[in-house]
Amino acid sequence: MSTKLVIGLDGDSSGERALAFAKDLSKLIGACELLVVYVIEWSPFSFQTAEENAERHKRREEEITTAMARVVEPAVAALTAARLSARGIVRHGDVADTLNAVAKKEGAAQIIVARSTDNSLKKRIFGSATAQLVMEADVPVTVIG
Amino acid sequence: MNRLIQAATITAFGTSAAPAIAQEAASLDARVNEAFATATGPFVSFIFAPFPGTEFPWIVMWLVIAATVFTLYFGLVQLRFFGHAIALVKGDYSDPNDAGEVSHFQALATALSGTVGLGNIAGVAVAVGIGGPGATFWMILAGLLGMASKFTECTLGVKYRNEYPDGTVSGGPMYYMSKGFDELGLPGGRILAVLFSIFCILGALGGGNMFQANQAHAQITQITGDYPGWITGLIFAAIVFAVIVGGIKSIARVTEKVVPFMGIMYVLAALIILLVNFDMIGWAFGQIFAGAFTGLGVAGGFVGALIQGFKRAAFSNEAGVGSAAIAHSAVRTKEPITEGFVSLLEPLIDTVVICTMTALVIIISQQLIIDEATGNYMLNEAGTAIATVDGNSGVALTSAAFASGISWFPFILALAVVLFAFSTMISWSYYGLKAWTYLFGEGKTSELIFKVIFCIFIVIGAAASLGPVIDFSDAAIFAMAVVNILALYFLMKIVRKELQSYSARLKSGEIKKFSH
Repeated sequence: MSTKLVIGLDGDSSGERALAFAKDLSKLIGACELLVVYVIEWSPFSFQTAEENAERHKRREEEITTAMARVVEPAVAALTAARLSARGIVRHGDVADTLNAVAKKEGAAQIIVARSTDNSLKKRIFGSATAQLVMEADVPVTVIG
Repeated sequence: MNRLIQAATITAFGTSAAPAIAQEAASLDARVNEAFATATGPFVSFIFAPFPGTEFPWIVMWLVIAATVFTLYFGLVQLRFFGHAIALVKGDYSDPNDAGEVSHFQALATALSGTVGLGNIAGVAVAVGIGGPGATFWMILAGLLGMASKFTECTLGVKYRNEYPDGTVSGGPMYYMSKGFDELGLPGGRILAVLFSIFCILGALGGGNMFQANQAHAQITQITGDYPGWITGLIFAAIVFAVIVGGIKSIARVTEKVVPFMGIMYVLAALIILLVNFDMIGWAFGQIFAGAFTGLGVAGGFVGALIQGFKRAAFSNEAGVGSAAIAHSAVRTKEPITEGFVSLLEPLIDTVVICTMTALVIIISQQLIIDEATGNYMLNEAGTAIATVDGNSGVALTSAAFASGISWFPFILALAVVLFAFSTMISWSYYGLKAWTYLFGEGKTSELIFKVIFCIFIVIGAAASLGPVIDFSDAAIFAMAVVNILALYFLMKIVRKELQSYSARLKSGEIKKFSH
């Protein structure tokens, strides 16, 4: 049975560091499957107009396709080119909660994320998704600086 | 969206245009008013006609009887599934794999932004001002019954919506009328759908647009002083145009976020006033119960209180009108009935909670003058409404009531009214558009024509007090209810079948909560 590692990407350059670390780690482990996960920030408790609601399914599909094409597939291709087993997942939701949920569902041994580059006011007040993940995750989390 | 509110507001605020502009426009306005009054008068009179020998409009009875029938037919669904509705809104039954789709909460919030507004602020003041505190009792009762109407129409709205290949959806009474009647092998579904769509377009342009623009301008001039209404109309039209034609969603998003915040703030302010006057809450409820059955001296006695309460609830939460079925139909669910359960919370929040808060604040603030000798309320000189401290009615009465507890609240209230009006316009532009595309087909040109017409009507609504036009638009909204409820009587057996199947599967454990 191979070990599964979840790599959380945020579409930023910092994700490259997380990918590089995961690559090295998987070579050390041996039989290993890498799950490249991109979470589109979304809350079921946000407010939308009726028109946005009517188009939501269409937009969701577009968001998933875009995230797959721009972030996840290039990362999976790079890992596969390095002869590693990898697949991509795109989900909507709270970043920390969703990464943890994917890790639990897939039986992953570890979650690897890069340190957040977000310096927004929201992060200063509520903390970053990375910090939240470290505090709440059910599996070990490695944060790449 | 109530003729009474309009009358009260027109009385409270006077005309909206500056004298010079008003003079110039007077002849044109007069001609338009006359033409409309002649053409639409019989229809308006028919919709708002009272039962012979009473002042009770038959349309209100139509809505209340329907709500009672649905309540009994579905075995008090609003009580039996209240807890389940809360669980659905919390997302307990939402599949995590559907994350990113429209949630039950979002559909409910969107529908609420179309109904919570002027009715809760101005309409309640009119109801309590005319019908006395007792009107609140009947308003709450009508709100509770209306939950069953919403449940019925919103379940059907989701069940018979159109899902297009590109992933967008269109739903509402026009779709369940045509598809539902076809499914039952009944004739006339398409005729009802066309009639409903026509009334929905007219209602969207009137009550959902012109009335809102008119009231927003009236509220703004309370703070800024009088200026021509077309200026407010043009600004509103430009913003609405930017949102619905220009696709600048950020404005709508900001509004959709601010409006719930304003709603919560309104309820919190009411709670603060109630807490400060905690010792009077018992007395206020005493007035509500006593007034409900005796009238406490109001015009028309307890029947007057009953009429005002029922009217206010029906006009405020739109249960049975069919508009909510359009808003709720976008939710992502495999079980249409779940949206029915969620939608029944709408009249509860709109009428039972928010309207009651307004009523309690008005009663407790003692803006309504009581004759100390008899303990009854004193009537104004005309004998048509209860005399108030400063002669206020409508929005002004609510504003004065809140100001007695929180002096600066009228400024917040003015902002809330403007935002509620904008939010209602955005919601009704969508309802009208859906009816328009049902009649004329989906397509960019067709949609653009309606959107431009909608924006033009904002300017007209803010600039002129075209009474007969607005009366007709209000009548159109309630005409929607005539057609919609008629269809619901034929289609309610489909909803009962869904309810029985869902209840059985919920009981057996086939429908389970998801662990999040």
